[in-house]
Amino acid sequence: MFPPIPNPSVDPSAVTPRFGEKDIVRRSASTVEPPAQRLTEVAKLIDVTKCIGCKACQAACLEWNQLTEEIGINHGVYDNPMDLTENTFTLMRFTEWENPETENLEWLIRKDGCMHCEDPGCLKACPSPGAIVQYSNGIVDFQHANCIGCGYCIKGCPFNIPRISKVDHTAYKCTLCSDRVAVGQGPACQKACPTQAIVFGTKEEMKGWADFRIKDLKSRGFENAGLYDPQGVGGTHVMYVLHHADKPSIYAGLPDNPRISPIVETWKGITKYMGMALMGVAAAAGVLHYLVAGPNKVTEEDEENAEKLTSGAAVPPPAGPAGNEGRPT
Amino acid sequence: MSAHDPNSPVPTPADDVQSGDAVHPGHPVTVDRYTLAARINHWITAVSLVLLALSGLALFTPRLFFLTGLFGGGQNTRILHPWIGVVLFCSFALLFIRFWRANLPKRVDAEWLARSGDMLAGREEKMPEVGKYNAGQKFVFWSMSALILVLITSGIVMWDQYFYPYTTIEQKRIAILVHSATAIFAICVWIVHVYAAIWVKGTFSAMTRGRVTGGWAWRHHRKWLRELVGKPTTTPTSRGTGTPAE
Ligand code: HEM
Ligand code: SF4
Ligand code: SF4
Repeated sequence: MFPPIPNPSVDPSAVTPRFGEKDIVRRSASTVEPPAQRLTEVAKLIDVTKCIGCKACQAACLEWNQLTEEIGINHGVYDNPMDLTENTFTLMRFTEWENPETENLEWLIRKDGCMHCEDPGCLKACPSPGAIVQYSNGIVDFQHANCIGCGYCIKGCPFNIPRISKVDHTAYKCTLCSDRVAVGQGPACQKACPTQAIVFGTKEEMKGWADFRIKDLKSRGFENAGLYDPQGVGGTHVMYVLHHADKPSIYAGLPDNPRISPIVETWKGITKYMGMALMGVAAAAGVLHYLVAGPNKVTEEDEENAEKLTSGAAVPPPAGPAGNEGRPT
Repeated sequence: MSAHDPNSPVPTPADDVQSGDAVHPGHPVTVDRYTLAARINHWITAVSLVLLALSGLALFTPRLFFLTGLFGGGQNTRILHPWIGVVLFCSFALLFIRFWRANLPKRVDAEWLARSGDMLAGREEKMPEVGKYNAGQKFVFWSMSALILVLITSGIVMWDQYFYPYTTIEQKRIAILVHSATAIFAICVWIVHVYAAIWVKGTFSAMTRGRVTGGWAWRHHRKWLRELVGKPTTTPTSRGTGTPAE
């Protein structure tokens, strides 16, 4: 058993937040001075092989974050609600999978939610300064006061996580209980989990614990057991132990090789540079042309010709059908 | 001395003479180019395009995010931008119906384009005579038409507040890339359009008061002016600017 996180002291002097503004390593639509010292990276490890699908974590998340999910309808499956919402930051997704090797039916239960990517696509896509921040301990957090509700983060996220509230029109997702972690607590979901399928600690500790779990699983015949810490997004601060780590997608569509979409990279990269350059060139060309060629003015002669034309007097002849005006071509 | 002697040759009716276009003899000659309705239509389009460019660019790059201040903050910018887009689309659609016929490509456009270097160098006397619109103006018209069509389509795909469930995230990603790139082209075409109006003196009055001088029409749209002079319905003015004897 992984040693549980002790309850923190209630002594007010011990409640000084362990991280805050000064530990921000990335801030959406802004450049930040990287903090001199990086905090120890934290991580949440979700051991899918130990999960019994009780949804205590899902309930704890609603409770801690003071959220209420709408009363839904029964779709005949265990998933409830059917997708993440602006209230449901974490959702148990149930998959019935027939293992082709053993012909056993396996019930795969994955706790879906923000992965707290080391390279967060949501933050990269966000146009609003400071609406998304990443702390040096790895937590990616949304700052609602700065969010404009554009939904760009949804397009940037490789895991399809953020949701826009229809009430305040800002984006919501799992905070990794940044408020609890700041005072030395573990996330609410972790605290609620009755089987220790969810554990929380430093990223190193979590990797070590995962190794132990994976060895145990391998010894029991799950030869493809492994850790899901996808390097395509630089690793994540929420990791899974999977019995079939060779095929993450069987776990309700967990991406096999998540990375920020090349379309998003193009949109937030070259399009911006080329776009600004192109508009600049167009404007500069105009100014330059005006300076070199001068204004194109109607002459006195033009006015006289127009007067002659309207009064029926002789004027320069009309152009030929192709407008050649009798010029040699 | 009348401009429309019934015996003078009347050019075949041309696509680019539009209802409301008329020439008023006088000193100087004035030519009606845009009706009041066309001008209102144009300025609604122009204002909405500028507002869209400003509100869009605010989200395009953090360096221009301060432009959201013009619209009452980020949330309001995000709300307003697509609605202004709807106004632009409807207004431009009317403009399109008004102007498309006069913007149909003609053989002379190829020659005009081939000589556009002379045009830019200020040697307009070398240019072929053109009708109501030259090839450059036609380029602006057709490219704007295409770009606005792409912008409204991609814009609706990105409009999460109302259309989120109808497309996949991958489709939304494509839409936003297309929308950004298209918006840049639209802004560049707009720069060309505005620059042309600044560079070619005497053009602004076409869209403000609706008329230009005869000299302007002679210099830049001579074929159109000849067609107007030959047009049987030309009446010497209800405006009083042009009694021939003046
Ligand atoms: C014609 C109808 C249009 C619609 C429905 C539309 C809709 C949208 C939407 C939904 C967004 C996302 C932000 C938001 O929710 O406000 C957006 C962004 C944007 N729009 Fe539009 N738009 C339209 C036209 C235009 C036009 C004409 C321009 C420029 C001349 C433009 C330039 C932009 C730019 C630059 C962005 C930011 C893209 C980025 O962040 O990379 N849009 N538009
Ligand atoms: S919805 Fe909010 S957090 Fe998401 S990209 Fe837009 S401003 Fe950023
Ligand atoms: S999973 Fe999505 S929302 Fe969470 S940090 Fe990564 S990109 Fe952002």
